[in-house]
Amino acid sequence: MKGLSIENVSMRFDLHNGNSIQALKDVSLEIEEGQIITVLGPSGCGKTTLLNIVAGFLAPTEGRVVLNDQIVLGPGPERGMVFQQGALFEWMNVRSNVAFGPRMKGMPKDEQNEKVKHLLEVVGLADFEDKAVYELSGGMQQRVALARCLANDPDVILMDEPLGALDALTREKMQGLVIKLWKETGKTILLITHSVEEAVLLGERLLVLAPRPGRIHKEYTLPFAEMGSSMDLRDVKKLKDYTETRDEILSIIWEMEEEIMGRVEEN
Amino acid sequence: MTILIIYILIFIAAFYAVKVVSSMRTSRKDYTSLKTVTFGDESAVSPNRAASIISVFSIFLIWAAFTGSKLIPFHVPGPFIGELGFSYTAMNSLGETDDAEVTITIYDVQTGEIPDKLDIEPGTGFAINDTYQIVAWRSALVKVKRNDVGGKDSDYKVIAINDQEISPNNELFIDDARIYMTAKGTLSVTPSKGWQMQPVWLPAPETVWSRLIKVSSEGYKNFSLFEHLGWSLLRVVVGFTAGALIGIPLGYAMGLSGWFRGWFDPIVEFMRPVPPLALIPLVIIWFGIGEQGKIILLFLASLWIMTISARAGVSGVKIAKIHAAYSLGASKWQIMRLVIVPNSLPEIFTGARVSMGVCWGTVVAAELVAAQKGAGMMIINASKFQMTDLVIMGIVLIGVIGYAIDILMRISENYLVPWKGK
Repeated sequence: MKGLSIENVSMRFDLHNGNSIQALKDVSLEIEEGQIITVLGPSGCGKTTLLNIVAGFLAPTEGRVVLNDQIVLGPGPERGMVFQQGALFEWMNVRSNVAFGPRMKGMPKDEQNEKVKHLLEVVGLADFEDKAVYELSGGMQQRVALARCLANDPDVILMDEPLGALDALTREKMQGLVIKLWKETGKTILLITHSVEEAVLLGERLLVLAPRPGRIHKEYTLPFAEMGSSMDLRDVKKLKDYTETRDEILSIIWEMEEEIMGRVEEN
Repeated sequence: MTILIIYILIFIAAFYAVKVVSSMRTSRKDYTSLKTVTFGDESAVSPNRAASIISVFSIFLIWAAFTGSKLIPFHVPGPFIGELGFSYTAMNSLGETDDAEVTITIYDVQTGEIPDKLDIEPGTGFAINDTYQIVAWRSALVKVKRNDVGGKDSDYKVIAINDQEISPNNELFIDDARIYMTAKGTLSVTPSKGWQMQPVWLPAPETVWSRLIKVSSEGYKNFSLFEHLGWSLLRVVVGFTAGALIGIPLGYAMGLSGWFRGWFDPIVEFMRPVPPLALIPLVIIWFGIGEQGKIILLFLASLWIMTISARAGVSGVKIAKIHAAYSLGASKWQIMRLVIVPNSLPEIFTGARVSMGVCWGTVVAAELVAAQKGAGMMIINASKFQMTDLVIMGIVLIGVIGYAIDILMRISENYLVPWKGK
């Protein structure tokens, strides 16, 4: 079966002081090929843990992750990652960074270069091949990170707050780029964010996680990512549907945060 | 003390002079010059080039002025050179008094000419005229009792100098000299020494320069200057290279494996704070004073620094980079080669710079203790023969080479790890 399925994943680990933490409890999720899913939740709800399990950096204590009928046991090139920041290799120029994945596969040099050239055009960085990554702005670096991930042609792209460190204006532009890449490449994308606005805008499906233990609290199916591919994102953000959904989710998150704070105060 | 005060005065005077000069020139309106808050803003403080030049220049100026250098026309007063004369009045055992003249020729030993003893008339009476030749900065003992007729008598004594009364254990000053009468009645004449330094303490700059020319053409103690410095450098390079070759892989192993880290942590943490100089005695006992001992010492000096910097380089790699590389399909070996090693290079370069500095200091110290050749051996040997000019020359060359090593390391760092600190 094509697609990514997360089956009854639980994550529990012991602390040094003898207590243990239930980071995720019984999370199940079916993602069809080509879907874009955003995951949202208050801090400490296990979103990054979930992503790390799907990426294969962490092994779940219960349950399993299956991608295209293959059980995930570790990291692999079929699941590309885009990190928040600082995951590019400063000692390589833009070309070598983007060509890293193909190079690992042993792709011939000229094919690599062609691929790099094409991908940099896609992310809007044509002719930046020979630049050093530390010469680029934060937004440009994230474009390189996206191109590097796409160069490997993964089945699923996992994004861990990829736009979290960018300023508001750059972030808006990059949101457009994410939608464009999703539409053009047809990749399955799992994106983690703590911006409600971004989650509502980019998610075909939006999962709200609840903390302690981390679990799926609510799921939405939203039309805005699809709309975003054909209309201006700013106009999408003005739609009544959009603002209502955003406010509804915001208040859910608010309540959760309040509840956490309350629990802390009781202690 | 005088020199320090003069240096501070030059510092203050130059500050105001440069301030006046630069206020007369219209300066470029760059961003920094428009800042109103500069006190406490580190970025607004840039080294004043004029200050640097004046600083170095004034050191040479003071050096030259206080050593009577021929390079500059003015000096602080030097020691008295020339003829010095005074008369004394002596009283013999019969209570009679008589006058006699003493003439002292003070000559500069640097010129190499020893003046002839003056031909003088003995004069009349029982007090006989006398003459002495002494070297600048030294004093003369005028043995009146040995020279004068009846001077051996127990109550023969000098009662006045230039008609000024003098008694045992007292001093008086005549032009250009201080005269002290010892308890036994001998006159100790100390000509004025001036403010200049004796060449034994501090030779003039041109003496050091001519020594450099001489030693670089003739060599010193069977080896040319180039060989002395070259051997020191060679020891540093070999010792450092050996330390890096063992230390960097060891540091990587400690950064990547818990077993290695556990095993070597106590050793590295214990050896790191031991100054390499403290190991010299043990190294000499074990390996003798030959090349082997020195290279092992330098190896030990650089080993721990390189180990720790390589370990820090590995520990400093952001986990996101490792995760990204795995997600792009890299194998462990590829991650080592393409991520961990390049990521640790800036740390390793910092370690290498520190290590080269420590090695250079250690090699000179080790050569001071025992060596046939080397920069340190050259200066310790010269000091035993009071060749202060050679000692100073050696110190300057050691400083210049140490500085050059650091600059070279920095240049190669900028070239090889341009992403450092970015």
